[in-house]
Amino acid sequence: MMELVKTGADNHEMVINMGPQHPSTHGVLRLELVLDGELIKEVRPNIGYLHRCFEKYAEELQDYAKVIPYTDRMDYVSAMNQEHGYVIAIERLLELEVPERVEYARVILVELQRIASHLLGIGAFGLDLGAFSPFLYLFTEREKILDIFEKNSGARLLYNYFAVAGLMRPLQDDFKGDVADFVTSFRPKIKELEDLLSYNRIFVKRTANIGVLPAKVALNYAASGPVLRGSGVAWDLRKNDPYSIYDRFDFDIPVGTGEMGTVGDCWDRYHVRVLEMEQSLRIIEQALEGMPDEGDVMAAIPKRIRPKDGELYVRTESPRGELGYFISSDKSAAPFRIKARAPSFVHLSMLPAISKGALIADVVAIVGSIDIVLGEVDR
Amino acid sequence: MSKLTPEEIARNLQDRFGADRIELMKGSVGQPWIQLAPEMLPPVALALRDDPAFQFDVLMCLSGLHYDKENELGVVYNLDSTTLRHTINLKVRVPLDHPHIPSLERLWKTANWHEREAFDMVGIIFDNHPDLRRILTPDDWEGHALRKDYVQQDFYQGIPTK
Repeated sequence: MMELVKTGADNHEMVINMGPQHPSTHGVLRLELVLDGELIKEVRPNIGYLHRCFEKYAEELQDYAKVIPYTDRMDYVSAMNQEHGYVIAIERLLELEVPERVEYARVILVELQRIASHLLGIGAFGLDLGAFSPFLYLFTEREKILDIFEKNSGARLLYNYFAVAGLMRPLQDDFKGDVADFVTSFRPKIKELEDLLSYNRIFVKRTANIGVLPAKVALNYAASGPVLRGSGVAWDLRKNDPYSIYDRFDFDIPVGTGEMGTVGDCWDRYHVRVLEMEQSLRIIEQALEGMPDEGDVMAAIPKRIRPKDGELYVRTESPRGELGYFISSDKSAAPFRIKARAPSFVHLSMLPAISKGALIADVVAIVGSIDIVLGEVDR
Repeated sequence: MSKLTPEEIARNLQDRFGADRIELMKGSVGQPWIQLAPEMLPPVALALRDDPAFQFDVLMCLSGLHYDKENELGVVYNLDSTTLRHTINLKVRVPLDHPHIPSLERLWKTANWHEREAFDMVGIIFDNHPDLRRILTPDDWEGHALRKDYVQQDFYQGIPTK
């Protein structure tokens, strides 16, 4: 679909429609590209194709606990992280204590999920830029994580596994062994990925110095997660605003350094994700050591959740960035308002700012490097 | 410059803008918030962003609310400072028949899409917003989905919606 815009004799502007069904838009995203030749003059993202109004459902279900499976369906490639943020918000609203064993199990699960999500993000990013084989290698590893999830929760994508102050089902006896096996087998694969993709000449040419996002702009747009860290800002909520038991673990925050080009380019955002997987492995190892073998997977909670009146905003570090839940309660069993602050939504809003002056092919790289999930953008 | 509590931030703002115009409120649980009249929002937000004592460089979240019992709409702003590591929540409430709130897009670019979402979902009109269109629903959709009295239309351009 093309449309010529004729506003003057010298105007060669052309508007091209990219999406909604386009393999590199990672879902149903429509971009209107205003072009001068092959150069981008303006990008106008159009979203909402997956809008289900999750927030309305949350109000109408009349029960805080029933919302948990809906949070899965926002960012469907990191469902554990979505549930984690939500149950933490409810626990803070009710001022509940969570059993030690549950806290450790949750950290292990969300860090595994972070690796799984990054594997998909990196794999799809490579795929967009023509690197087909890393995608297959990475998916093999992702399968192993999903197998662990399936064994414990019964599902491979949308788990509904976290409960308020607990877990829905007890962990399997060999949970620790499975996770430890995965950590051992996965660590050398990161090195393999570095050799296969990170320093591949074609890949570097397509990503270095492309879509540069300066730190100041990133903060003004409230970027978070790997996108913000790619711009060289060491900001990670697990360290800077610790929730759950993250203050007990020792890990580093990888940031973009401009190793291949400029700080904050597509390559930096990509590479931060690669380095983060190693840090997640470190957290998992420490959590496996600290996790008590015995204990409840469910604390005693009131049968019907009725918080007192109040408001709070709780944020956690999801694989894509700051996942926030704003919850307003009016003492009834139904949430008065639940708003999910989705990192992908915020990151997509800065696409027009960072893709000006790029080529059409670069837009593909930029969209891939901010790693959006449209289920979360549209909610 | 050090980390401030919400009480200290509210007191500081009261000294500047007058004690009767800045009100710190809190529910039985959760976080406190500073309640403001809509015309006070731009000067307070500018002070919070640029004053060395506050340095709120990030607007984390912006949520639109419909208070059906009071016939009001409201917006909650969650601010964060990456340098001083403190946070504050602001709230503005306006009557349903005149739902105008100044836009903060010029202070924090991230407000652009959040405000469009609040306009789309709750129907708040943000004055001086550069591009106030619906964002999640089509431009010709009827009503605002997160109003408490919202009824979904039966047909959209001849297509049944239920």
